[in-house]
Amino acid sequence: MSLTSTRGDRGRRRRGARRFNRRDRVVLAVLLGLAILIDLFIIWGPTVASIGLSFTSYDGIGDITWVGLDNYRTAFTEYPQFWPAVRHNLMWLGFLGLVATPFGLFLAVLIDRGVRFSRFYQSAIYLPVVLSLAIVGFIAQLVFSRDQGALNALLGRQDNPIDWIGDPDINIWMVMIAAAWRHTGYVMILYLAGLKAVDASLKEAAAIDGANERQTFFRVVFPTLRPVNVIVMVITVIEALRAFDIVYAINRGRNGLELLSVLVTDNIIGEASRIGFGSAIAVVLLVFSLGFVVTYLVQELRGEKNR
Amino acid sequence: MSVAPAPAPTAATERVSGTGPRPRTRRRGRWGTQIFLTAVALGFLAPLLLAVYASLRPYDETAEEGYFSWPKTLSFDYYQQAFTDSEMTKYFVNTLIIAVPGVLVVLFLASFVAFAVSRLRMRGGIVLVMIFTAGNLLPQQVIITPLYTVFNKIELPYWMSDSYLMYDSYWAVLAVQIGFQLGFCVFVLANFMRTLPQEIIEAAVVDGAGVWTQYWRITLPLCRPALAALGTLQFTWMYNDFLWALVFINTGDKLPITSALNNLSGQFFTDYNLLAAGSVIVAAPTIIVFLLLQRHFIAGLTLGSAKG
Repeated sequence: MSLTSTRGDRGRRRRGARRFNRRDRVVLAVLLGLAILIDLFIIWGPTVASIGLSFTSYDGIGDITWVGLDNYRTAFTEYPQFWPAVRHNLMWLGFLGLVATPFGLFLAVLIDRGVRFSRFYQSAIYLPVVLSLAIVGFIAQLVFSRDQGALNALLGRQDNPIDWIGDPDINIWMVMIAAAWRHTGYVMILYLAGLKAVDASLKEAAAIDGANERQTFFRVVFPTLRPVNVIVMVITVIEALRAFDIVYAINRGRNGLELLSVLVTDNIIGEASRIGFGSAIAVVLLVFSLGFVVTYLVQELRGEKNR
Repeated sequence: MSVAPAPAPTAATERVSGTGPRPRTRRRGRWGTQIFLTAVALGFLAPLLLAVYASLRPYDETAEEGYFSWPKTLSFDYYQQAFTDSEMTKYFVNTLIIAVPGVLVVLFLASFVAFAVSRLRMRGGIVLVMIFTAGNLLPQQVIITPLYTVFNKIELPYWMSDSYLMYDSYWAVLAVQIGFQLGFCVFVLANFMRTLPQEIIEAAVVDGAGVWTQYWRITLPLCRPALAALGTLQFTWMYNDFLWALVFINTGDKLPITSALNNLSGQFFTDYNLLAAGSVIVAAPTIIVFLLLQRHFIAGLTLGSAKG
């Protein structure tokens, strides 16, 4: 950064006389430096270190021994929870992306048309977003609990109750519904803001050209929402890969609720302390997310050039 | 989902197409929309109301009748129990110890980075914003392992940490919160500051203002709405955090409130009604903040996406 800033500095000097005096430079160096140092120390350093550790058998105490791809091999072939966790993460992504996100968009479109009581709808649907995912997990247990839960009572199944949370075949779906409860409102708010910013004359022009409402939305309005779409896509992917709190609050991510994030945490803070192995799973998670992060950054850069 | 609302023409189409059969479909569509949205809104509120309801009833009763039944007894016993036996107050204080400095430091550093990038128009600034933003998008688990190891090696004096280590101290959680949230705040504030008129800075430079003055006296006051919005959002996020404290704090007494809630669920037996009361207590501040500062809250989230 110091390099780029001095270069920028010199570039400016051609225009103005001296842009920054010594005090300015100290302020810039200290505050920018501090922020960059924190970012490197907390985020990027550990990310690189995770990749490095994933090739070792480090257990937190002993020596760091290089084991090559052994951890990955173990994860892919022997570790029984690995593939279920991958599957659950992908299901999570699919559910948020194909159900919760479109539903949020749909609600935003409905509310944006200016119905009565829109403030109430907006607040009620948005309210779960302010809750911690851990609390969402706890509340989900009240709804889905086998013996006392509201869902079995609503379905009239007290005599023959379904164990929504305890049955490893169906519990992931219940948890995803709970996650969607929170995700939908988030998406809705982002799209509502986006829809408000759409130029009304666009819609009018489309209507004059004889487009019906559906055509107007999909051909005219939706394409102009592209910046919001990108943000929503990134948030959806990130939420799906980060999913942790809900399942951990429910049963520590076992018995049908395995997720990659849980496996990483378990391997590190569990008694086994298999740091090398945990890192390998974390790197798998990183590779998944990097694809989307890079897409997003490319999009941002392109937007920057057009600005 | 079965109620597919009929298309409601906009004011423009009405003007163009005039009268005809459309107004009637519109009215029917409006009603359908209204009913559908009411159902969805109530459905979204229902789990919260259920939690409140469950927390007011004794375990024995709901164990027998289920949560979905008429109450025989309603009381605040669980709330009392949560505050006396589980010492919720202590955990609230722990949360404040982490979240208040966390929000202030994050806003301060992020606003300076954003200022340097978007107001001073430094070359390479956009790359810097991206490095910060991308950092905020990584899954937390990617950075946990090395931080856990490093925090276990960093020694701190007793007055800073009674474990003599960064691990199991507030400092660890605080540092990670700040590092992680910096990215989001830099991104939002940089976008916001780009919308401010550049002439103000130019005028200040002509008057001989240094970088600090341009930042602290001129730019920051203009950012007050954005800072209020981000501050509200950041406080909620730090308050809601579950994972960092779970990983980096070992002593139960030091846990912030959201992570401490996990202790209410027992190893063998969980009193879900007590857990419901605990959830309501933990959720209440965020809900109150949301209802009071809804405008800021939503602005904070949408500032990032709606770019100037």
